Amino acid sequence: MKNLNLASIAGLMAIVLSPVFTSFTVTAADKAEINTVATLRDHTKINTQKEPNPIPKVVNKDIKKARNYPMQPPVIPHTIRSYEVNRYNNKCMSCHSRQRTEKSQAPMVSVTHFMNRDGNFLAEISPRRYFCNQCHVTQLDTKPLVENTFTDMHSLMKQKTANTKEH
Amino acid sequence: MTINRREFIKANAIAAAAAVAGVSVPAIASNLITSSDITKLKWDKAPCRFCGTGCSVNVGVMDGKVVATHGDIKSPVNKGLNCVKGYFLSKIMYGKDRLTTPLLRMTNGKYDKEGEFAPVSWDQAFNVMAEKAKDTLKKDGPEALGMFGSGQWTVQEGYAAVKLMKAGFRTNNIDPNARHCMASAVGGFMRTFGIDEPMGCYDDLEAADAFVLWGSNMAEMHPILWTRLTDRRLSSPHVKVAVLSTFEHRSFDLADNGMIFTPQTDLAILNYIANYIIKTDRVNKDFVSKHTNFRLGETDIGYGLRPEHPLEQAAKNNGKTAGSSTPIDFDEYAKFVSTYTVEYVSKLSGVPEHKLEALAELYADPKIKVTSFWTMGFNQHTRGVWANNLVYNIHLLTGKISTPGNSPFSLTGQPSACGTAREVGTFSHRLPADMVVNNPKHRAIAEKIWDLPEGTVPPKPGYHAALQNRMLKDGKLNFYWVQCNNNMQAAANINEEGYPGYRNPKNFIIVSDPYPTVTAQAADLILPTAMWVEKEGVYGNAERRTQSWYQMVEAPTGAKSDLWQLVEFSKRFKVEDVWPEELIAKKPEVRGKTLYDVLYKDSSVGKFSIDEVPEDRLNDDARDFGFYIQKGLFEEYATFGRGHAHDLAPYDTYHKERGLRWPVVNGKETKWRFKEGSDPYVKSGSGWDFYGHKDGRARIFALPYEPAAESPDEEYDLWLSTGRVLEHWHSGSMTQRVPELYKAMPDALVYMHPDDAKKRGMRRGDLVKLISRRGEVQTRVETRGRNKPPIGLVFMPWFDASRLVNKVTLDATDPLSKQTDFKKCAIKIVKV
Repeated sequence: MKNLNLASIAGLMAIVLSPVFTSFTVTAADKAEINTVATLRDHTKINTQKEPNPIPKVVNKDIKKARNYPMQPPVIPHTIRSYEVNRYNNKCMSCHSRQRTEKSQAPMVSVTHFMNRDGNFLAEISPRRYFCNQCHVTQLDTKPLVENTFTDMHSLMKQKTANTKEH
Repeated sequence: MTINRREFIKANAIAAAAAVAGVSVPAIASNLITSSDITKLKWDKAPCRFCGTGCSVNVGVMDGKVVATHGDIKSPVNKGLNCVKGYFLSKIMYGKDRLTTPLLRMTNGKYDKEGEFAPVSWDQAFNVMAEKAKDTLKKDGPEALGMFGSGQWTVQEGYAAVKLMKAGFRTNNIDPNARHCMASAVGGFMRTFGIDEPMGCYDDLEAADAFVLWGSNMAEMHPILWTRLTDRRLSSPHVKVAVLSTFEHRSFDLADNGMIFTPQTDLAILNYIANYIIKTDRVNKDFVSKHTNFRLGETDIGYGLRPEHPLEQAAKNNGKTAGSSTPIDFDEYAKFVSTYTVEYVSKLSGVPEHKLEALAELYADPKIKVTSFWTMGFNQHTRGVWANNLVYNIHLLTGKISTPGNSPFSLTGQPSACGTAREVGTFSHRLPADMVVNNPKHRAIAEKIWDLPEGTVPPKPGYHAALQNRMLKDGKLNFYWVQCNNNMQAAANINEEGYPGYRNPKNFIIVSDPYPTVTAQAADLILPTAMWVEKEGVYGNAERRTQSWYQMVEAPTGAKSDLWQLVEFSKRFKVEDVWPEELIAKKPEVRGKTLYDVLYKDSSVGKFSIDEVPEDRLNDDARDFGFYIQKGLFEEYATFGRGHAHDLAPYDTYHKERGLRWPVVNGKETKWRFKEGSDPYVKSGSGWDFYGHKDGRARIFALPYEPAAESPDEEYDLWLSTGRVLEHWHSGSMTQRVPELYKAMPDALVYMHPDDAKKRGMRRGDLVKLISRRGEVQTRVETRGRNKPPIGLVFMPWFDASRLVNKVTLDATDPLSKQTDFKKCAIKIVKV
């Protein structure tokens, strides 16, 4: 509910057409809610602090998450605690390299990872892609503070397909 | 609907079987849309919204929404790659709490500093703002007006703001958040070379034999440059990487020589390297004699605190002479650095002698091409300008500069800290193209280009970032507009300076932002702002690359770009409201005109017709003002630098290119400045020409190690360093609203050595309080994360709006650059 405050303000603004001055009647309780803008601070004043939550655990269910768009690097669905990725070792590749996926049944790194800066394919993954954690991150078991209204292109396409069929 | 893998396969098998049998299945059962009318995306290029690397991204739009982004394969910077933040750019504009109406603190329908935020129209917002600005001007003059801008402003926004503040309101109280980020780098460049910004470029990454990271954690803060460095290191086994920091971080994963040093002793290590080069007789004498000279700098210059602070009382040279120096010769310089022996510096810094020697050898060996990188470790430093000067010293002593792979490279934090803050000159002492307000010739050039009477631009430098917060608190700065930054979260010492400053009843604070930030929370008026590809703009990255983008989607109804806000607001002022009669008398035709007329529409800014905006392009700002305002601002601004070693290409060129590195002369960009053959400004036959200084020579400075402003003692027994993380951009106002990035790094933890935790009876996950002399913040202990501090030092990032570490930090600054040191203060930690 709290995260919707500003969206509800926007909604109210849209129906109030007076360009000069806007006011509307709300109950006192609503007012306190609407007027607070500290969405990332759980509506806490700057000179105070809410008690920090415990450190959330890494989601470790090995269940793939849908990507927001095809080019999005997939998030890591398992813990990577004490995985070494340094100039001697790349622990991620012990499951995700081409040679290891049959045994591990993990997804193989995509073909783009074999391309060098000039777009030529190498025999092994490109050193420019060596540090997996620059693009791939684990997810902690926590709820985002603010909802995101990003639209999946697929839902837009489905809408359009449905519209085409109606006409 | 959820469908498991087996069901999915089954559904496809049925469809395949049906097709073979010649049976048509109902269309609704088909799970793939293939019609190109429907699947087509509109792609366009834009620079990334985040760091100073300046990657180009392709932005995919469908039905007026950004639905995808990916790395631009045509960009020489990133060649198709993005970091995790860059890959999630698609979602940064779609946080549910986007602001869509101005919000004013009110009680009973009227502005009240103690009131609650309530929606008002733009007209009402500008009315209140104009009234407050005019009252302030009448009562206390232009010096009570100020603005805090950004290295994330577009070039055009920064330029429009400079013109409005310095020429319109006639105050130099405009400073960017780049003051927290790049001011020491600027100071270093101006002092050593007489001209700002790196001589090298990213091509150095593929040419160097050795890389030295001075405090920089490129793996997290410049991830795409790190991929290029990693590529070079791993594909060419002879390449070496040295990493120096006050704690171990991800960049150490690639280090051949990783070094943890005691905070502030980087100054001594730099002098040791110079001493080593001299003692082992590896000075490039030909280069040094032809292209450098030596200076002895002023010392004991204080810590940029309030004048009554005991440290300022004790400092001998913290006045106007702090930046002065006197000429010396090579022998005097050699004698100066001779005390920085390996034994002394190893003891001081805690770095083993053999590691220091291996590091020094990378610079001293004439066969090794070496590139140095640094960012906030050097710049956020009470001796930041010195640290920059000292690293140039070692590149100059060896002549390892301005050739491929030989490069002292100051990395930039923000996407347009170079392009907007530095090149446009949105600092309190600057004008475009490296000019300064206290130089009468520079003011005259600005006034001529702006077609304004002599004496319009005030000569006195205005309040810099830290001083703005102090002056707000002291009630000297009363009308204050913050755009495109989150300084209540970002500035040091919120408790004692920032928060009381913003909430001082004498002051009226306006904050423009797409989202309700901590700074917005502290404001009196919040203006909803369009962002990134919701507007047209230009950014300039760390390698002098200027990049433009078109508006690709509409902003949410009610949100307006920073540019629109600045220019629209200027319509509220008649010249008579802001200029004294004697100034108007010098140019009587401006009488009765608005600042909008004088600064924008009737100036050269207004000369490009709206017809030049491509018809198929959105451009809400230009269409609203009725002329191609972004082009006008850019072209007028570019006249400052053309012919003065800051040449920019024509505006339209940038819409076609993946950026060009200035100076762009005869259509050709410049990769390495100051070197004959690659920089058209170098005198022929000179080899190298450091033309920023009149004598064509770079300066080598003798400057000592001096201690930090605050060091741990018995009570406050730990060093605190703050900084950034890979997953979040600065204060997190965009990235904390992307669920994947939030869930990757939701909270700012305090990273501690396990022994330090144990000693205090703490374990991972414990709730603790970080306490300094200025304030406290609560968080949880992390003892096994990606950062591994040594005993005696802790690290806490500042991206977390709910855990404000800057309540604890100290607002000590470099007295020369006025940049805050966010890397060193003394704290204690207790269990809650």
